[in-house]
Amino acid sequence: MASGNNLAVEMKGITKRFPGVIANDRVDFELEKGEIHALLGENGAGKTTLMNCLYGFLNADEGEIFINNKKVEVTDPNVAINHGIGMVHQHFMLVPPFTVTENIVLGKEPTENNMIDYKTANQNVRDISKQYGLNVEPTAKVQDISVGMQQRVEILKALYRGADILILDEPTAVLTPQEVEELVKIMESLTDEGKSIIFITHKLKEVQSIADRVTVIRSGKLIDTVKTDTVTTNELANMMVGREVILEVEKEEANPGEVVLEVEDLYAKNDRDLMALNGTSFSVKRGEILGIAGVDGNGQTELTEVLTGLRKKEKGTIKFKGREITKPQTKRLFEEGISHIPEDRQKRGLIMEFKLYENLILGRHDRKPYASGLNLNNKKIKEEARRLIKEYDIRTPSETVQAKSLSGGNQQKLIIAREFDRKPDLLIAAQPTRGIDVGAIEYIHNSLIGQRDNNKAILLISLELDEILSLSDRVAVIYEGKIVDILDIEDATEEKLGLMMAGAESEEVKGGGQVG
Amino acid sequence: MLANLTALLSTTLRMATPLILAALGGMFSERSGVINIALEGIMLIGAFTAMAGSYFFSPWIGVLAAVIVGMIIAAAHALVSISFRADQIVSGTAINIFAAGITGFLLRLIFGDAGQSPSVQDVGTWKIPFIKDIPVIGGVFGEQIPFVYIALIMVGVSYWILFKTPFGLRIRSVGEHPAAADSVGINVIGMRYIAVIMSGFFAGLAGASLSVGLLDLFVKNMSSGRGFIALAAMIFGRWTPQGAMLAALLFGFADALQMLAQTIGLTFVPRQFLLMAPYILTILALTGVIGRSTPPAADGDPYIKEEV
Ligand SMILES: Nc1ncnc2c1ncn2[C@@H]1O[C@H](COP(=O)(O)OP(=O)(O)OP(=O)(O)O)[C@@H](O)[C@H]1O
Ligand SMILES: [Mg+2]
Repeated sequence: MASGNNLAVEMKGITKRFPGVIANDRVDFELEKGEIHALLGENGAGKTTLMNCLYGFLNADEGEIFINNKKVEVTDPNVAINHGIGMVHQHFMLVPPFTVTENIVLGKEPTENNMIDYKTANQNVRDISKQYGLNVEPTAKVQDISVGMQQRVEILKALYRGADILILDEPTAVLTPQEVEELVKIMESLTDEGKSIIFITHKLKEVQSIADRVTVIRSGKLIDTVKTDTVTTNELANMMVGREVILEVEKEEANPGEVVLEVEDLYAKNDRDLMALNGTSFSVKRGEILGIAGVDGNGQTELTEVLTGLRKKEKGTIKFKGREITKPQTKRLFEEGISHIPEDRQKRGLIMEFKLYENLILGRHDRKPYASGLNLNNKKIKEEARRLIKEYDIRTPSETVQAKSLSGGNQQKLIIAREFDRKPDLLIAAQPTRGIDVGAIEYIHNSLIGQRDNNKAILLISLELDEILSLSDRVAVIYEGKIVDILDIEDATEEKLGLMMAGAESEEVKGGGQVG
Repeated sequence: MLANLTALLSTTLRMATPLILAALGGMFSERSGVINIALEGIMLIGAFTAMAGSYFFSPWIGVLAAVIVGMIIAAAHALVSISFRADQIVSGTAINIFAAGITGFLLRLIFGDAGQSPSVQDVGTWKIPFIKDIPVIGGVFGEQIPFVYIALIMVGVSYWILFKTPFGLRIRSVGEHPAAADSVGINVIGMRYIAVIMSGFFAGLAGASLSVGLLDLFVKNMSSGRGFIALAAMIFGRWTPQGAMLAALLFGFADALQMLAQTIGLTFVPRQFLLMAPYILTILALTGVIGRSTPPAADGDPYIKEEV
């Protein structure tokens, strides 16, 4: 195929193998100048790997790469940077104790008399941040700023190096809806300047509204590249998963039983020693899903942590199955029937260096049948692991690989398998589908509904309003550590919740429900 | 009394000198993400090399040789722990054991004595005009072995390198988040090699300060734990040059106090307690009793590109 002269990037026949996996199998990919090109695929399809090959972070085993119609051997990121490629990684590549400016100029520092010229550096950062409307605080430390700002720092890092081809790997997975809107504006202003963008996401709506074209890959193979205005979201979902996907959740009317969890007037502090929960009260019944809706940072994290014994409460009562828990202790709570899908799967959910079968028994490792006396019964553990991997459709070459070699979505399924298999009375699911593909989301959503119909109580904490609305039976809105109101699902509309999430009192929102 | 005070401070400075130098070495290595407990062994070999250099040539040639040998041994530690990704503690321990063995062996082979070398020429002292005439201060800073001045200057130089230059920023980035450094085109492996070899430079210099500075001969196992105390100073000083210097001075003071107490026959505190001080203070620093001390995030982790 002759290269068109309007291509920013052309990748031909890219193959990349990992032990036991072919992550990319002869993939072709084209990026036109000035376009936003979405890259779509299930978890583990090989999107990140393909982009890492383009950026020189990984070296492809086979295939050729052309940048601006010139063949380039991208052996390391320096080559890519010199050819105008910038990448915002799925897991941010920022040095937490460094300032915003230090992170941006790292590797390309302006100097004066052999010293870093911080004045010029800060000014440069201010200049480009103004030029593209990427608001950051140059002298703040990265560890102290919000995820949204960290992402802007990542984009600035690329722009500072003069990138005109930008790779954004799942930039929206960690952003609030407002932040996503902002990002989209930034992306548009970038393409107006003639820059080209590759955009990885799992959200089909975003593909449709943001991208010009979309390339779908499945199990490492190219499926197709199409214009976004010629396909529907359903068609995209089917292309990506290879089967019919039902995007809407189907569920029966809930049939709630007795109260399992009752929280009253709960107070707790955040890591910065400020009060994050300010008298939170609600209850969850058997056989129902209570959704907690809210903008990030309104106490959701602290709430989950207190309920799972990972954070100390300042005051208030927690009743579980009718008994008051005065000193929540993680192990006790778990033994009494609380399961937890944590919001940060890599930090709290898994031990990344451990094998799958080891991760699958964490928390139950000291009990029969996994342990007998002082010994682990590894044969039994592996057998169980194989069963869970099959039952929960975890994509992996075997149960003996490390958790970190799984793709994000499969890591999440691993946690779900472990937590569901404990047969809990209460399931606390925090952001259960963050960064997960539609096929897996369908699976996770159906599993949550299944657990509900199995008469379990489910507390769902999510930043995705869509997810809250499609799964919950009742919706509690949290704002500044307080429950603003609890609505039955019939009364909960997107606008109403949106207003309440922004702090409007329930009376101000016409026709609010009863106060919880 | 005043004479005692001057002597005490002057001894403090001298005893702190090898600690400051070695701590700076440890700092560069750990800031880049490589733990270097081989400081102890490199110091010992440095001390021997400096003595031998002085014996056969001149004291300053001895110092130069100590520094070069220090860098070579550090390069071996770098090879094993960075390229072969072996356990850094094991590699460091191996070098320490090797150092004790090889210096003992060479001591017997060349000088035919198992305990100590003959006396050699040391580097003498430097007199600083004007300063030496000021009371007390002159007694402390006016005339010292050259290593004292070198160490103090090195603290400033290290601070400048680490916190003011692009090179320092890159060293620190590699020790905090190597994948991030890699993603902006910084050569992680290369930076770590340089940092570890720098630590060999400092540890070699620290060793020389023992055998041709503080003393004028080599004694078997003469580093006697100073490499570890230097690591303690580095931790206590929170991986910063100025902090490490202050910690080293504190430890040097405890040492000087102990020596003074012995010479004037004071026994109100058993000297063992003063000798313990560095370790106790370090443990307190690590447990957060006196200000939390957190190491670089990637300290001790080998970098594997395919596992990002
Ligand atoms: N460093 C690695 N070592 C071994 N296997 C790996 C490694 N990185 C990725 N893989 C495997 O390669 C495949 C593709 O992974 P990749 O991260 O590219 O997926 P992805 O499409 O980005 O998925 P996600 O949407 O979950 O981010 C997966 O099967 C994954 O397990
Ligand atoms: Mg990915």
